[in-house]
Amino acid sequence: MKKLGIITALLIIIVFAWFFLPMSANNASPKGSLEKLVLTGSSTVAPLASEIGKRFEALHPNVRVDVQTGGSSRGVNDARTGLANIGMASRALKVKESDLLSFTIALDGISIITHQANPVTALDRQQIIAIYTGKILNWKDVGGNDAPITVVNKSEGHSTLELFLHHFGLKNTDVKAHVVIGDNQQGIKTVAGNPNAIGYVSIGAAEYAASHDIAIKLLPLGGITASVANVLNHSFPLSRPLNLVTREAPTGTAKAFIDFARSVQVNDLIEAQYFVPVAH
Amino acid sequence: MSLSHTDQNLSLILQLCALIAAAVVLLILVFLLSESWPVLQHVSVWRFFSDDAWHPAQDLYNITPMLSATLLSTLGALLLSTPLGIASALFTRYYAPPALAAWYRRLIELLAGIPSVVYGLWGLTTLAPLVGQLHPPGVSLLTAILVLALMILPTIALTVDSALRAVPVAYHHSAAALGLSRWAIIKNIILPAAHSGITSSVMLAAGRAIGETMAVLMVAGNVVQHPHSLFASVRTLTANIALEMSYAMGDHRAALFVAGLALMLMVLLLVSSAELFKRRSLCLQIH
Amino acid sequence: MSTNTLATCLIWLAALFVTAVFVCLLADIISQGLTGLSWSYLIEPPQDAGRAGGIGSIIVSTGLILLVAIATSAPLGLATAILLTEFSTQKSTFAQFVERSLDVLSGIPSIIFGLFGNAFFCIYLGLGFSILSGGLTLACMALPILIRTATEGLRAVPNDYRLSAAALSMTRTSALIHLLVPAATPALVAGLMLGIGRAGAETAALIFTSGYVDRMPDSVMDSGRALSVHIYDLSMNVAGGDAKANSAALVLIILLFVINSVSSFLANHWMHKRIIHL
Repeated sequence: MKKLGIITALLIIIVFAWFFLPMSANNASPKGSLEKLVLTGSSTVAPLASEIGKRFEALHPNVRVDVQTGGSSRGVNDARTGLANIGMASRALKVKESDLLSFTIALDGISIITHQANPVTALDRQQIIAIYTGKILNWKDVGGNDAPITVVNKSEGHSTLELFLHHFGLKNTDVKAHVVIGDNQQGIKTVAGNPNAIGYVSIGAAEYAASHDIAIKLLPLGGITASVANVLNHSFPLSRPLNLVTREAPTGTAKAFIDFARSVQVNDLIEAQYFVPVAH
Repeated sequence: MSLSHTDQNLSLILQLCALIAAAVVLLILVFLLSESWPVLQHVSVWRFFSDDAWHPAQDLYNITPMLSATLLSTLGALLLSTPLGIASALFTRYYAPPALAAWYRRLIELLAGIPSVVYGLWGLTTLAPLVGQLHPPGVSLLTAILVLALMILPTIALTVDSALRAVPVAYHHSAAALGLSRWAIIKNIILPAAHSGITSSVMLAAGRAIGETMAVLMVAGNVVQHPHSLFASVRTLTANIALEMSYAMGDHRAALFVAGLALMLMVLLLVSSAELFKRRSLCLQIH
Repeated sequence: MSTNTLATCLIWLAALFVTAVFVCLLADIISQGLTGLSWSYLIEPPQDAGRAGGIGSIIVSTGLILLVAIATSAPLGLATAILLTEFSTQKSTFAQFVERSLDVLSGIPSIIFGLFGNAFFCIYLGLGFSILSGGLTLACMALPILIRTATEGLRAVPNDYRLSAAALSMTRTSALIHLLVPAATPALVAGLMLGIGRAGAETAALIFTSGYVDRMPDSVMDSGRALSVHIYDLSMNVAGGDAKANSAALVLIILLFVINSVSSFLANHWMHKRIIHL
């Protein structure tokens, strides 16, 4: 009978230990001074922020940088509500978000992509609008093969979508999409797997894919080649800042992190993620 | 028989544990309800079926296109994988030589363990381009059905296999002694005897197909529309939640929890119909 | 051709077809994943958003998540299974209520567990994006499978055991501890492994609960990226992440295969050897 008591007691202890041990460990351990910096938001910025975070942790051993992915709107909202110390947004703040502060850490562009085998080499503004609103349905109407166009659109909440719509003066309800994607790579894989698809993704990701034998190509926009270089010299029309967002002027660790993310010390990380650094 | 003191104590502890385990479902329901409450307060339930479209940003909340996509993809996957799964189980049990059967079963077990992201990735990079050659855009209801069918086939094969195992060997032997052919035995004796096991295995698979998220998100195309053909791109309820949850706020977030409630109701329906079916077949067996 | 021959042909064809499709799929996965697989890949932390380095910290996070799931679901599941088999008849209202709830629980889509875990563990209980939240969510997911297998295992123990124990005037408790649970141990472990196998393949429920952080976790309160989430992120969000995604997928498949094989071995072989028919 004693054995039973011991066993049940053990079981209960195990369960409760899992609930409470970690919390008490956090309070009582000598590492109690650990400071956590939470970043949430744009899935485009998240991989970069993780890398910057790791280097920052190496310099500040008592800081932990937690990066959670989502979309830009989430980042802005979490920064506003205080759920995150810093939000990540892959766009400039909107007018109604002017109560927040933004800090640009890098630049990125958005490029129209098609399959490599597609003979169409350029589309003008009107053609792109017509394709995305379903007025042009066949590639032969824009000088390509006789094949139906597959329109790839982004799902709502991603700033890539907002920027694209804004640039072409479209509303999302007007877009007649055949495929809706979440993140950049899904778009690239979808277009690479479909010779008649057209989509738009982050320039860095597209340029990387195109140079690594993935069957996509980047279309110029307004006569300007879509390339990281043209984003760098500000000539590419559809570019965007990658921002860190805070509710009030950052202080302490948050300030240190933002300053660090905007310094030349992370330029190699930014370039490794195929974005354009802003610090020189 | 009366229980001793120790037994009574243990029984109490056990009941408490069982209560916790059973309460998880209720807890989930309560949370889904409370999280979807903000939107249910000022948007009538009816509007989730009658609005013009799903545009939460513009206050439009029609979930029927996603409901139909979920139902159709599940149905299609079941149509494909049920015969194949049952055939697989029959193969291992009655047709294949023992050594081959053991290998075949190992293969199926291996497949049952492949995570859905991997199926999705494979579907997107290998299957979708193939389907796209038939008819663009490639990511479509059909692709989703094919990937789902692949994913639930192992489930069906394994559970039907254990249902067949539960059929007494004596049935098989006595039928064979009567000189019936193998197929006649299977069709007239084995399958009817394993009937309720097979049905519940199909129900289980249906539940998996309804709930599958990541693989479908990668291959279904995700356009919110009633599918007008097999090649149309569709968005299922689960994919919708996964796509939009990460940034949804306010009413939109609550609307996603409503979509979750709808999913939950579908599963409840499925489980209770399976239960009804089980009871009916039990009654039949007794008579 | 007789119906019998036709049926034989069709069933062989179906088996052949299934084998062919799945061998293609496996060959694809293995050939793409094997190139990047090495010891250093398994122990190094990911670098450059996962494009370089390994999956060391991710494996640790995944392991911790599963450990939390086991630690919470095992006692709860075992207790429930014992109650259902030994301390209540199948007709009792309470037992029926519990069984019905578990049936529903087993049918709940993983994304709903994700929503629930996020709302309850992360926000309501204030655990945040953490390994603890993820593990507890998975524990809820694994419970029904675990309980079902454990119940079957206990029911498979012949009634002679219970009768002999009663004849020796052992209490039910000591009969459980000394006879029934030891006899059913393989089934209990098998159920646990099966539940964990299902939980380990999970992506949707973990993205919203255990989060995205790929650093080596300090405690279970840290956010930790699970393998399946890592695969999803590498293939969907990181340019040039495919090669590493394929290797990670292979690692996960091998891991799950081992877990599932162990559970089916326990259920089929060990169990039969353990039980002595009197």
